[in-house]
Amino acid sequence: MIERPASPGAQPENDFSAQEKIWENASAKGKRRKDVGSGAVDRTISDLPLKTIYGPQDVELDLARDLSWPSIYPYTRGIHPNMYRDRLWTMRQFAGFGNAKQTNERYHFLLSHGQHGLSVAFDMPTLMGYDSDAPQARGEVGKCGVAIDSLADMDTLFDGIDMGDITTSMTINGPACIALALYVAAAEKKGTPRSKLGGTVQADILKEYIAQKEWIFPPRPHMRLIVDMIRFCRDEMPRWNTISISGYHIREAGSTAAQELAFTLADGFAYVEACVGAGMDVDSFAPRLSFFFNSHIDFFEEICKFRAARRIWARHMRDRYGAKDPRSLQMRFHTQTAGCSATAQQPENNIVRVAYEALAAVLGGTQSLHTNSMDEVLALPSEKAAEIALRTQQVLAYETNVTNVVDPLGGSYFIEALTNELERQAEDYFKRIEEFGGVIEAIEAGFFQREIADASYRYQRSLETKDRILVGVNAFEKPEERQDIELLRIGVEMEREQARSVADVRGNRDQAAARTALERLKKACADPNDNVMPHLINCVNAYLTEGEIVEAMAGVYGRYTEKVAF
Amino acid sequence: MARPLRIVIAKAGLDGHDRGAKVIARALRDAGMEVIYTGLFQAPEQIVQTAIQEDADGIGLSILSGAHMTLFPLIVEQLKAQNAQDIVFFGGGTIPPEDAEELKRIGVREIFTPGAPLANIINFVQRECGNRRELVG
Repeated sequence: MIERPASPGAQPENDFSAQEKIWENASAKGKRRKDVGSGAVDRTISDLPLKTIYGPQDVELDLARDLSWPSIYPYTRGIHPNMYRDRLWTMRQFAGFGNAKQTNERYHFLLSHGQHGLSVAFDMPTLMGYDSDAPQARGEVGKCGVAIDSLADMDTLFDGIDMGDITTSMTINGPACIALALYVAAAEKKGTPRSKLGGTVQADILKEYIAQKEWIFPPRPHMRLIVDMIRFCRDEMPRWNTISISGYHIREAGSTAAQELAFTLADGFAYVEACVGAGMDVDSFAPRLSFFFNSHIDFFEEICKFRAARRIWARHMRDRYGAKDPRSLQMRFHTQTAGCSATAQQPENNIVRVAYEALAAVLGGTQSLHTNSMDEVLALPSEKAAEIALRTQQVLAYETNVTNVVDPLGGSYFIEALTNELERQAEDYFKRIEEFGGVIEAIEAGFFQREIADASYRYQRSLETKDRILVGVNAFEKPEERQDIELLRIGVEMEREQARSVADVRGNRDQAAARTALERLKKACADPNDNVMPHLINCVNAYLTEGEIVEAMAGVYGRYTEKVAF
Repeated sequence: MARPLRIVIAKAGLDGHDRGAKVIARALRDAGMEVIYTGLFQAPEQIVQTAIQEDADGIGLSILSGAHMTLFPLIVEQLKAQNAQDIVFFGGGTIPPEDAEELKRIGVREIFTPGAPLANIINFVQRECGNRRELVG
């Protein structure tokens, strides 16, 4: 508790406690607004209770233990000594649609407009391990992202881009190790050695079972693939972030802020335990783990979530896993504004939502940021919408001056109280997960899925009863609204063309070399002492397609099916 | 008393976004209907078979992956092929208005887009599936 200044014999108007009493009386007489339900005033969007005002009595804070300084344990205030004074966050807009050639053009556009790094969005068949000509892929090719079937596509995707000069984030999980193999193979073909490659592959399979549902193999064999990938990167790709442990999709699936925080960090600990369990020293891989959070519309709650995340990670890594390298303790994270906060109604309003969410991410100390385009709730972003989203970050970075002071809200009674509360709730969740026996067991029991579904239903009901207001949706609607924003459409010709091109790749390669590479991969998958990564690189270099490789691996590992509940 | 309306809520193709489908499933259940949620990644043939086997009054399909112009028509075709056009077929997701119009033209009874009030969806299902029940018995 922060000490109150002693004021013996002071007049009531100069006495802090007496002032508090006077305020309490005045506050009690206030008449509450009627335009929203009390829930929207007394609770955050995640249902955390809120007081009218916070004071010293609300904050249990040991300055050295809980707050410290930027770049000093437990990193509550940030991981770098001067934060954005030395280096802005990386503006990294997620993009991908149609085929590799179309997406490559968008990348050239983004890079020439001041974007720092690339972020690849793959289409659904690629994410689920199907080639573009598979029956499961019908209607989905190039829709949610770019279709990548083989090394030929990955080559085209980075045509004219120096892969040693940029960093690339690839949002892919089930087949993440194949995407990484493709990236390495494409770069080495262009003359950039793997040791020079910087970037991230999302590879966070646990949150797929929990929330995003783009899985292929069952959790236990998949954890082995992750350990293989982390080990391979540790030894051969020192600049690569091996995994991006993601709360984003957990939040999009409808979780609360505390659930996003707790489930994501629990996943992170599970990966640490898997690697340590496979004999790796914690400090040999932990510095390359990174995180990915959602920035939702409840402004202060989000800022506190980011601050709490850094502190929890540092504490557990040091005290539970014995990490000593400061980089193992420093949580680095990417942030994306909340897709689920965007509305299809009056889509231009989303520009404003995104700006607030981006501000929260920056006040929370993010290392990189994607700002959503206003039209993403309707379709893939158009070029104009994507540009406005990038400009939103540039205005924030260069005009608002919020970059000049590190953790400017630190020390606020409210911010510190809410940061503490989020940490406490996360710790409660860690205990509950432990009671199941761990993250995988809790997934198998449907625990996360149920918690998230309950939270999302609660939220939906609060909109239904107008307890909460969503502008343009349950209040301030425009009747007879017609959308006149231009949408990006992917035609069916694209699907046919891509299906033909993957069939060509299969037809024109050295078949004997492909067969040998695939046989070796299968053997490695079955041998826990081998590492699958070099075999995957051989496979993609032999122009085996993603679908063929996944099929071979599924022959060894099986495919995951979810127990359905709602 | 008549048995409650029975609705199949379905996810097709490769789309893993199940937040909306689950919310709708719960809302319909809370409104007194029997709801069968298919789970993810179902083929159109399977969805229609499930509805027929379960003697469902309606099928609600949720698609947020952009594949709606492929998957909705495939289910319409299957309903015809399996002689089950009396089943009320509706859906929702990120579907642009022009596409929704086109889907309604080929036989999808209603398309709900993000932000549609649950009450509207419940009313629609009660009315349309209730009518179907009266006709089919």
